[in-house]
Amino acid sequence: MKYDLVCGMETHIELSTLSKLFCKCRVNFGDSPNENCCPICIGAPGTLPILNKQAVRYAIRMGLALNCKINSFSKMERKCYFYPDLSKNFQTSQNDLPLCSGGFVQLESGKKIRINHIHIEEDAGKIKRHSDGIYVDYNRGGVPLIEIVSEPDISSADEAQEYIEKLQLFARYLKISSARMQEGSIRCDVNVSVKPSNSNELGTRVEIKNMNSISFISKAIAYEYERQSDALEGGLPIEQETRRFNEASGMTESMRNKENASEYCYFPEPDLLSICVTEKELDDIKKEMPKLFSERYDYYLNLGISEKFARLIIKYVNVSDYFDEVIRDCKVPDKIASIIVGPIFSYLKTEVEKEKFDISVSTDDLKYLGNLISEDKISNSNAQKVVSKCLENGFDLKEEVKNFISDDSFDLEKICKDVLSQNTEAVKDYKNGKEKAIQALVGKVMAQTKGRANPEKILSIMKSLI
Amino acid sequence: MSRSLILKTHKALVSKKVSCLELVNWYLSEIKKSDLNAFITVTEESAIESAKKVDDKIRNGEKIGILEGIPMSLKDNFSTKGIRTTCASKMLENYYPVYDSTVYDVLKKAGCILLGKANLDEFAMGSSNETSYFGPVKNPHDKTRVAGGSSGGACASVASGLATFSIGSDTGGSIRQPASFCGIVGFKPTYGAISRYGLIPLASSLDCVGPLTISVEDASILFDLLSFYDPKDERCSPIKRKPTLNCLENEIKGLKIGVPTNCFYGSDEETYNAVENAVKFYEKLGASVSFFEFPELDLSMPIYCVLGRAETASNMSRFDGIRYGYKYDGPYKDIDDLMTRTRSIAFGEEVKRRILVGSYVLSAGHKALYKKSLNLRNMVIDSFNKRFTEFDVLMMPASPTTAFGFNYAEGDPLKMQLADICVVPANIAGLPAISVPCGYDSNNLPIGLQILGKQWSDDLIFNVANVYEKENFCAKIIGGVQYEV
Repeated sequence: MKYDLVCGMETHIELSTLSKLFCKCRVNFGDSPNENCCPICIGAPGTLPILNKQAVRYAIRMGLALNCKINSFSKMERKCYFYPDLSKNFQTSQNDLPLCSGGFVQLESGKKIRINHIHIEEDAGKIKRHSDGIYVDYNRGGVPLIEIVSEPDISSADEAQEYIEKLQLFARYLKISSARMQEGSIRCDVNVSVKPSNSNELGTRVEIKNMNSISFISKAIAYEYERQSDALEGGLPIEQETRRFNEASGMTESMRNKENASEYCYFPEPDLLSICVTEKELDDIKKEMPKLFSERYDYYLNLGISEKFARLIIKYVNVSDYFDEVIRDCKVPDKIASIIVGPIFSYLKTEVEKEKFDISVSTDDLKYLGNLISEDKISNSNAQKVVSKCLENGFDLKEEVKNFISDDSFDLEKICKDVLSQNTEAVKDYKNGKEKAIQALVGKVMAQTKGRANPEKILSIMKSLI
Repeated sequence: MSRSLILKTHKALVSKKVSCLELVNWYLSEIKKSDLNAFITVTEESAIESAKKVDDKIRNGEKIGILEGIPMSLKDNFSTKGIRTTCASKMLENYYPVYDSTVYDVLKKAGCILLGKANLDEFAMGSSNETSYFGPVKNPHDKTRVAGGSSGGACASVASGLATFSIGSDTGGSIRQPASFCGIVGFKPTYGAISRYGLIPLASSLDCVGPLTISVEDASILFDLLSFYDPKDERCSPIKRKPTLNCLENEIKGLKIGVPTNCFYGSDEETYNAVENAVKFYEKLGASVSFFEFPELDLSMPIYCVLGRAETASNMSRFDGIRYGYKYDGPYKDIDDLMTRTRSIAFGEEVKRRILVGSYVLSAGHKALYKKSLNLRNMVIDSFNKRFTEFDVLMMPASPTTAFGFNYAEGDPLKMQLADICVVPANIAGLPAISVPCGYDSNNLPIGLQILGKQWSDDLIFNVANVYEKENFCAKIIGGVQYEV
């Protein structure tokens, strides 16, 4: 029998607000344990939460980007359960009335993955096990999160991967999160079930947790699809349970089953006011929405940048921002694009490095280089070379470029004559119709001028001499 | 002759009739002598130190504020930095907070001197101060009876001259009922008038902070100081406050008083008579009085029990032995076992009972009960609003009876809760309400008149109460105050 995969996702994204959701403590990854804590976020008796308005605005940005309805009235609620990483033993979250409802993410194929809702909640701390005992670090406790809950519209591991990459891009372009899986600023729980292709009835669903890379997510889904279809094929029941992905084995394994499903005792948080979003506030948020990648992609194509390059640039928001800054009043955006995709990308080897895009060549440097290119003062290949050299050695580009700038003082006619007389074979080839031969001759002249002569000028001189 | 103990004390200080140190030492020695069990912690050292500073200022001819050097007590459910804050529970027996509640911070800045933290029912759960881990508080008027609760220690300290005033909290009458039992003034403001930041919560949507004093004027002075918008409490209102002190003497001719008759069912005859006499007094001053049936009031208690306990259950959940407070120190299986053992040992019976009921009403199968209570709460608020188009204030007893004996509700916890039947409605609707002494019964136990108004009519409540008190002042300081000339 053929089986269909039915998959929905719950995606948590940490918002990069300056302070936590309910207090003024700093939000920063990697600080020493319990450095960013105050009486409020450790839940000292008598402290009260104050809602961070910026977190609400950030969540609304995501809602708008995902075509959601932004609810003018929503509520924070307490989700009650006991766990030591939760300083109050309840998580302040949303339940009945979330901030954003409905919406969708559109995949490249045109398929829409519907969004059920987006809500705001606080993150928990971290349990750390040491040889001398178990410790809790509350730095992450109270960090604002949004949870994006999709409908079970995902029907393959590839779609799941594209969906999560899209959310990642949205978060980064909206400037609301670094959305780095490896740092936990974006996290996914996946609900997977399978059903016979000819049936409309949904199967029993299994939740997979604790996957810290996109490739693990798609591997886990692929594995789970096989496991569940095999079970059904063999007439075995699927148990409703939570499973974790084992990176080493590439398999999922059972964590706990849902029989003793938690009783969360949700109720409205009495210490907080309802969240009211006025028309005006919504308009203001719309006005400050950063340009998204699709818009930027179209813009790049209009500038004459190839689809391939445009796609590579928008893949990383920091690259796109950098590029946008350089090409403001620049006459050669296509040349800049090829410098970024060429020498800069080959210098930044990993995806993580490209995403962070932390390089020594400033936008100002590249603007300067762009001007030289547009004024014919440097050849494309020299421009690329100088960028490579600066990146690798940390040289100052404005200084280094002096060694590559075109030089008009050469007696090109004399050099060309010399080269022609020394390479009679190539001249003969060219005359016999081998167009490429003349390129070799130009190359020789370029070599003698250390690349600083204008190759187009050389070509025209050559042609006239021959 | 002013009835304000704060003003009298202030005058005694500036006229150098008594030094602040003498005053504080006198109070401290009275506290030591007292057998009422009003205090859990006495802050002797810091009180003496602060008193010396006030004396230095007076000696140097510097002007001191009206509350500077005034000795006070504070209910032990307000967070005080570096000062033990127990909530009268084993759970927090050795808890020293790292921050000050807004209320204490403001009082400290105004120069008040903290004598100690006052006894209460455990986590303010109770109406007799008998659920305290540190033992019950005795009523200064009759030591065989309770002081009321949950602010029992705070009220007893004021009534017996162990503090000039105190600050309590009122979730379902915890200021007004013990004030009535102890024969002093207790004021519960409009919900959101005074910051709750640092008040260890019982039920967050009902909790109010308020003064406990000998006179209405003292309560008004303290309310004006403490009522302001605090950005640390989202439910503290940003609306502009009217000062109440300058309204105390306003004429009340034409005041429309409503008296809900169903508030008297089950009340003592003597209590009924005292409240009726008070109402007649207002009539003589030109107020109009109407008795009427207010059936919606009877819903307050069940609503309170459902919503209050739901909030309480989740507010109590942070006490698990992991971060602060009592931690079970024997062997345990896992983290759940540790938390269970800790909570089983360190919480008293009443706390456990309320956590159980609260968790029950919040659990998935019983959500309807909770939702219905939320709706009914709105209905009660609406019906109050309607009544307040006819009446300016409502009057009723603060308690159906005077102070009862110990173990009054033994084996019947609901009986204890029913003692709060007159005070709970104001919490449900977030209304300002005061309890002011209006006489004594044949056992010489004080009776309290309760006056309720619509939201943000705190100034009117003080005014109406003060007009009564002026002609009928009957608060007594048991033990007297030595420094008074």
